Amino acid sequence: MRIGVFVCHCGTNIDGTVDSHQVAEEAKKFPHVVYATDYLYTCSEPGQQEIQQAVGEHDLDGVVVAACSPRMHENTFRRTIERAGLNRYMFEMANIREHCSWIGEDREANTHKAIELVRMAVAKVANHVHLHPSYFEVNKRVLVIGAGVAGMQAALDCADGGLDVVLVEKKSSIGGRMAQLDKTFPTVDCSICILGPKMVDVGQHEKIKLCTYSEIEDISGYVGNYTVNIRRKATYVDWGKCTGCGLCMEKCPSKKAYDYHNEGIADTTAINISFPQAIPKKATIDPEYCRQFTKGKCGVCAKVCPLGAIDYEMEDEIVAEEVGAIIVATGYGLLNMEELGEYGAGRYPDVITGIQYERFLNASGPTQGHVVRPSDGEEPKRVVFISCAGSRDASLDRPYCSNFCCMYIAKQAILTRDHIPDSEVYVFYMDTRSPSKGYEEFIRRAQEEYGVQYVRGRVSRIYPKGKRMVVRGADTLLGTQVEVETDLVVLATAATCAPEAEELAEKLRISYDEYGFYMESHPKLRPVETNTSGVFLAGACQGPKDIPAAVGQGSAAASKVLSLFSKDQLESDPQIAQVMELRCVGCLKCADTCPFQAIEEKELPDGRVVGHVIETVCQGCGLCTSICPSGAIQLQQCTDNQLIAEVEALCQAWRERSSG
Amino acid sequence: MPGMEGTELRIIGFLCNWCSYGGADTAGVSRFKQPTDLRIIRVPCSGRVDPLLVVKAFMEGADGVLVSGCHPRDCHYSEGNFYARRRLEVLKRFLPFMGIEPGRFEYTWVSASEGARWQKVVTDFTDQVHALGPRRNFGEGNGGGDIR
Ligand SMILES: Cc1cc2nc3c(=O)[nH]c(=O)nc-3n(C[C@H](O)[C@H](O)[C@H](O)COP(=O)(O)OP(=O)(O)OC[C@H]3O[C@@H](n4cnc5c(N)ncnc54)[C@H](O)[C@@H]3O)c2cc1C
Ligand code: SF4
Ligand code: SF4
Repeated sequence: MRIGVFVCHCGTNIDGTVDSHQVAEEAKKFPHVVYATDYLYTCSEPGQQEIQQAVGEHDLDGVVVAACSPRMHENTFRRTIERAGLNRYMFEMANIREHCSWIGEDREANTHKAIELVRMAVAKVANHVHLHPSYFEVNKRVLVIGAGVAGMQAALDCADGGLDVVLVEKKSSIGGRMAQLDKTFPTVDCSICILGPKMVDVGQHEKIKLCTYSEIEDISGYVGNYTVNIRRKATYVDWGKCTGCGLCMEKCPSKKAYDYHNEGIADTTAINISFPQAIPKKATIDPEYCRQFTKGKCGVCAKVCPLGAIDYEMEDEIVAEEVGAIIVATGYGLLNMEELGEYGAGRYPDVITGIQYERFLNASGPTQGHVVRPSDGEEPKRVVFISCAGSRDASLDRPYCSNFCCMYIAKQAILTRDHIPDSEVYVFYMDTRSPSKGYEEFIRRAQEEYGVQYVRGRVSRIYPKGKRMVVRGADTLLGTQVEVETDLVVLATAATCAPEAEELAEKLRISYDEYGFYMESHPKLRPVETNTSGVFLAGACQGPKDIPAAVGQGSAAASKVLSLFSKDQLESDPQIAQVMELRCVGCLKCADTCPFQAIEEKELPDGRVVGHVIETVCQGCGLCTSICPSGAIQLQQCTDNQLIAEVEALCQAWRERSSG
Repeated sequence: MPGMEGTELRIIGFLCNWCSYGGADTAGVSRFKQPTDLRIIRVPCSGRVDPLLVVKAFMEGADGVLVSGCHPRDCHYSEGNFYARRRLEVLKRFLPFMGIEPGRFEYTWVSASEGARWQKVVTDFTDQVHALGPRRNFGEGNGGGDIR
């Protein structure tokens, strides 16, 4: 075999702590290596051209690039050698940047390590064989999970692009958090006025199949061909009949049900339509409060419903859907404010959260937009906002910034001054973060035009004093203690991952970070992709973000799906398992082990039974290869021989090191 | 190339592509400094690591072997790391019978976002192997008779 080795300097990223030139010189001594060189930026266009040229000039049939992580550029260089006429799989990368130059300062040790990493890669390529993809059909339907503004945007863009969409939402209505908001920064336009028409579009789009009050039960399959089981939770109301007239809500005697849409600042009825603009506008019974369930008798709604839609016997239903791609847009959660003891949250009724305040401000909220104190229903004359309540706090294990609170505090402060002109508003803040278009100007308006008083410092304690509360904290700009007496305290509680985000990630086989936010494939270059092919992300499920960013990602994810589906057939990765039938003893241990049921029995003409890999189903994990007692099933590109070659090359280097 | 002998030991790591290899990348991107002894081999899944491969590495002269995959329940291939855990646990108990001290082999779980955790895993494991020192190979020492 004739192998070429190309060592990258990556500017000084590698060459700063690894002698790239020496690595190339040493590489020339390895078996099979006929050419080795180093280059400033191997991934640049001239760098890639140099590889292409060398392939021709030196008649190479295998290539090793020693540079960054293969997770970064493996595909780039595979395409390069393909352009030079080689099979794209005759390639290997040695990771001498992330795993070497960036993690050690000792140039000699790093250089030495890089040489050994290259040697291992060369040994592996020497065992490579040509691989060729096969092609399979794509099911051009898409599943969107979560119908907040990000998921709705993704669903609409896909549907407008001609795809059939299944949109699954946990709650009874679509809309997400944005449907709870009053106005939106930085334009202060009415949230439901801009969201409502979009919700209607989603509800009426002939290409969108809406499954609200539903959750994902399980997912199997792979890109192009997923099977998804959806649990349609029992609503106890036949939605085919319910017209959303609301008669049942008027008559329901159980009037103390928890009102999720209003964040508990008011009660609702056991049978309810969560908010007036809900889509679909259908009633749902909350069995936790419904007397038919808790006491075993009532039946009022069944009597009053003119359409006979009530069905107390309804059960959850599982429906299967076949799709080719999945967009996850499950949004975020909010920290339970009772975790914030120092603010008296949960103990004092007049300490509330930002989202609750949003419901007080909202004209369609329970107070018709009149801001009142929960304790006595009086209009507050002084309101204190506290930012970063639970965010940016390493002691609470939540060091990250919740992204949108600074901006919504400014919005709510402005609205407070609008609603109650003789009010005073204080904001305790750590820093104000306003990096987007028009955001800094908005904060300035709150301060200058609306006279909102910004105090830089953390609040240490809140305690009651008569009918009011005292907020005590430090003003770190003046270097003094401050105490503000107030009628109402609003906490900008931290954004967390959505409830049960981890469970869903495990069903989707995507990664999440330590806080439960989903991991994108690359933080800069692949922000809406995941490492599971065919699964994309949109909105705050990936990290807290505001509406413009969430909508942008919804559209981005949709465009990814549209481009994936622009081909009728997808190329399958040939790095899959292969059975050497002569060696196979027919035990079918591989078939039992394979998590994807990719191995079937095959009868040979002589009657012998062997394992057979279904090309498009195999995901290339290699579990079968390590279980097979006869070494008959081998994962291509990661065969036993290839791994052993890597180990042996390294150990050979070690032995030479100690003897010479 | 001389120089490293005596300061570095021979440590080899098998890392799954989706989590731990990514975690090691994240550690690199964050410039989290680590000891230089470890050489990493990328495999698709920790479940791909045949225990015999680990034995092979020891037979060929490794002083320490580390396997790292995705956290349980977080496997890119659903259940590969469960297979890994079962096999590697058996291997771990078996290695001492071959004369390989328990501390020379570890398996662990590091996700792609856990750069700092990866730094700690590498540092701790390298320290642990250094505490044991270089490993005497089969046949070395007193006439090849003493394998313990
Ligand atoms: C008090 C407050 C005020 C705000 N004000 C503004 C503002 O003025 N301007 C602005 O730009 N941003 C504002 N924001 C931020 C805004 O709420 C978010 O940017 C936006 O809601 C993100 O949209 P999303 O679709 O990603 O997530 P979400 O709105 O959270 O929607 C996610 C949807 O997914 C559903 N879901 C979750 N899990 C599952 C599951 N497992 N299966 C099925 N469905 C699921 C949820 O029920 C929900 O409907 C504010 C936030 C708060 C807390
Ligand atoms: S059965 Fe009674 S309590 Fe239950 S939802 Fe109907 S009216 Fe309300
Ligand atoms: S590599 Fe083997 S175990 Fe893994 S998916 Fe393919 S056939 Fe199944």
